[in-house]
Amino acid sequence: MCRLSAITSSKYFSPIENILALETMKEGHDGSGLGLTLKDLGGEFKDLKQYPILSGICSRKGREILDAYMEEVGFKLIHKWRPKIKPVKGVFRRDYYFAAVYDYPDEWKDKTDREKEDFLMNIRINLRRMGEQDESIFVFSFYPDVITLKEVGDPLELAEFFGLDKDNLEAKIIFAQGRQNTNYQIYLYACHPFFIQGYCTMTNGENTAFVPIKEFLMSRGFPGYMGYNSDSEVFAHILHYSVRQLGFPLTYYKDIITPLKWEEIEQRPDREALSLVKMSLRPLCIDGPNMVIGFTPDGTCFMVQDAKKLRPGVVGGVKGKYALMSELCGLDKVIPERDKSKDIYPMKYDMVIVSPGAKEVKVWNQLQG
Amino acid sequence: MEPATGLRLDFNHKLTIKEFPYIIRWREDRCKRCGQCTAVCPNGAIKPAVKYMRVIESGGDTPKPRPVRRIIHVIEQVDNIENYCTGCAMCSLVCPNNAIEPEYNPQNKFLFYKNRGGEGYKRGGRRNDPGASTLDRLKFTRISMLTDPALDAGRHEFRVRSYIGRILPPEELPLKVENGRLVVDKSSGKFIPPVREIFPIMIGSMSIGALSPPMWEGLAMGVAYLNEVEGIPVVMCSGEGGFPPRLLKSRYVKYFILQIASGYFGWDSILHALPYMTEDPAAIEIKYGQGAKPGDGGLLMAPKVIKLIAEIRGVPKYVDLPSPPTHQTKYSIEESVMKMIQSMSMAFGFRIPVYPKISGTKTAKAVLNNLARNPYAAALCIDGEDGGTGAAYNVSLDKMGHPIASNIRECYLDLVKQGKQNELPLIAAGGIGKKGNLAANTAALIMLGASAVAVGKYIMQATADCLGDEYNRCNICNTGKCPRGITTQDPKLYRRLDPDKVAERLVEVIKSADVELRKIFAPMGRSTELPIGMSDGLSIDDKAMAERLEISYAC
Repeated sequence: MCRLSAITSSKYFSPIENILALETMKEGHDGSGLGLTLKDLGGEFKDLKQYPILSGICSRKGREILDAYMEEVGFKLIHKWRPKIKPVKGVFRRDYYFAAVYDYPDEWKDKTDREKEDFLMNIRINLRRMGEQDESIFVFSFYPDVITLKEVGDPLELAEFFGLDKDNLEAKIIFAQGRQNTNYQIYLYACHPFFIQGYCTMTNGENTAFVPIKEFLMSRGFPGYMGYNSDSEVFAHILHYSVRQLGFPLTYYKDIITPLKWEEIEQRPDREALSLVKMSLRPLCIDGPNMVIGFTPDGTCFMVQDAKKLRPGVVGGVKGKYALMSELCGLDKVIPERDKSKDIYPMKYDMVIVSPGAKEVKVWNQLQG
Repeated sequence: MEPATGLRLDFNHKLTIKEFPYIIRWREDRCKRCGQCTAVCPNGAIKPAVKYMRVIESGGDTPKPRPVRRIIHVIEQVDNIENYCTGCAMCSLVCPNNAIEPEYNPQNKFLFYKNRGGEGYKRGGRRNDPGASTLDRLKFTRISMLTDPALDAGRHEFRVRSYIGRILPPEELPLKVENGRLVVDKSSGKFIPPVREIFPIMIGSMSIGALSPPMWEGLAMGVAYLNEVEGIPVVMCSGEGGFPPRLLKSRYVKYFILQIASGYFGWDSILHALPYMTEDPAAIEIKYGQGAKPGDGGLLMAPKVIKLIAEIRGVPKYVDLPSPPTHQTKYSIEESVMKMIQSMSMAFGFRIPVYPKISGTKTAKAVLNNLARNPYAAALCIDGEDGGTGAAYNVSLDKMGHPIASNIRECYLDLVKQGKQNELPLIAAGGIGKKGNLAANTAALIMLGASAVAVGKYIMQATADCLGDEYNRCNICNTGKCPRGITTQDPKLYRRLDPDKVAERLVEVIKSADVELRKIFAPMGRSTELPIGMSDGLSIDDKAMAERLEISYAC
């Protein structure tokens, strides 16, 4: 079972905080990988918020292909961040880790945000396909104000490897996952968090309904619903599908993945709409055990459980800084000064929602809607 | 040529008992000559006979064997092909001394001779294929264990339910957001098709007429009990034969699917009852084909058309009732599918799901795609080659049709390609529970892509002890002589069947299937929704089959 560490704050902080939290939960991950997604960036990215950032890893050959492709499409490189790699025993060093900030091609500058998002995603998918077979290019995200870092290894060693302790890389929302690889091969694209067009999730658990969910998403005709090297990737795509594509409020994510029984729906004020949602989105129902932590483009963070087996998960903090963790020790590490009596352990009907800027936490109960 | 003298018998034109599918084993030493076996035999295959025989006897103070000639009474198998022993074993059932039983004869040459008068062999029953079907070879191989602890079939909540009815794709739902909540946008004018929640095992179409009154009544009572007392929403299809008018106007009609087939039997009285109906039926099934006799119409033989049946169907008594192979008023799939579905929907105010049933066929995908584009089509039922029937030509039963497993799978995958796998439910039929594995076969078909299954033969066997099997045992449903009283309209025969017991058994069968389905889904980690299309849970021990079904091969 993977360990998850998400922090949302009103102030910039370093991803090393997430890594140290993961370190306290070390018995729960086996060093099969670390994934980091940073949103609302500070440091050197603070003034570049409107420009898309491409995060990935390339071989030398892959880098040439990538640069040529980006130039051909018309992207102009305006800034590049590269981790200051410090070789660490046990971590295989790839050629080129990067987060590159681009300006849009001229013809795309005046398009709507939605059009730009689709464009960026298609570019990312093209790059992924170009480098997938020979593993010359890995691209994890291409979106404004978001950086994703992934590598195979122990989180703390990887933090040292990437020099995160000395770097000025910082953000207001950071998701980190320490992988406990289970039934899939150790592969970079299988590493959480998963990100698509501003929506991001990471999960600890196993998704027994993976195949029907995957088939349903892939048949929506949306090019971004692909990959699925991990059964958890569908959680990010369900979030994206329900909120961005269907325009549902965030709480319906819970109603989709863990639908209520009919007699429970009867108690909800939105019963009529919810009945239609239950039937039409039946293939997206999950059957845990899963705990999902996610964020949406506006910076809202949330935690939900599956409806039966439940995986560990706790939310706590102080105004201006909240952590969503898979274990209490991680929370203690990050925000020891909080009032522990107010820690929230979401149960099967709960969705814990931390508002943008970590201003407040509320528990939305599915039974009451 | 030497003239026949009358003393010499023409043995050449007599069949030996070895040609017959079943050979009667009668034990003279046990038989007390009560005559019950000959009286009960539905086909007149055994008869009492008197023989003059030489026997060896020992008697006296110093017993010494000696031959004597004596008149004895025996039970004899008839060697007339029309009176063949069907193997039903009613004789064994009634014999007080276990003196008689039929024995299957694998060397039989029955089909060489069962065409007297130039008529092909007609029968009821099943396909006579005792081999393991594909469904029985499918195994559930994805077992949740450590990375994902298994669910507890006994204690966790399970929802073993499915839908019939067209389900709108999420993109087309008429919803809008108001105060952070979704509400149905009534101003959109969007048609929201009717959908029924059902238990995924439906009782397949068996008509009043094909079934005897106590059999049909027993099933109907069982269905009502399951719905009203047990809370298990099992639905039952009427078959093509109309529906009792009193039941039609009752509240129980909501548990029944009314079938309309090419003979339109009974629909006159259904349409006349429409204004008086207080509840809607569960759905309407339009039968275009059936698995047992694909491309052939239904047939109710004259002896079964008694007064009750004639009244329900709106026909004269004691006439053969053959339905045409196709709906004669239709000349194309557009006509058949679009107009008929819409007409039936309209008749019931667009409040109930209307779906077609076809035989398993290579052309199923063509029908499917037509339905996929029709917003009123509520489902597609495909009846595979192992479907049973009350009356059909042997050749249709044995040789026509398509196995259900790959037919359902290819249709499901076709829907997946179009993103319509949740829009148009597939109902699988034909051979489910053939070897008694009702729940396992159901679960396998669901994981291949079916939303529900329709079961007929298993129900007949399990609830009313139907004697038939895949070795052509009994299978005389067409003759009206069913020895169990299941498929007959002869009161002497159907009085043998107690409708209360049929109802009780149906409840037991469905409840145990419900438990077994949980026992399959729980270790696979599925409980909230039916695992439709969860093909990663299935494996089969044959590479070609695995490839065809797009599942994994395991050995």
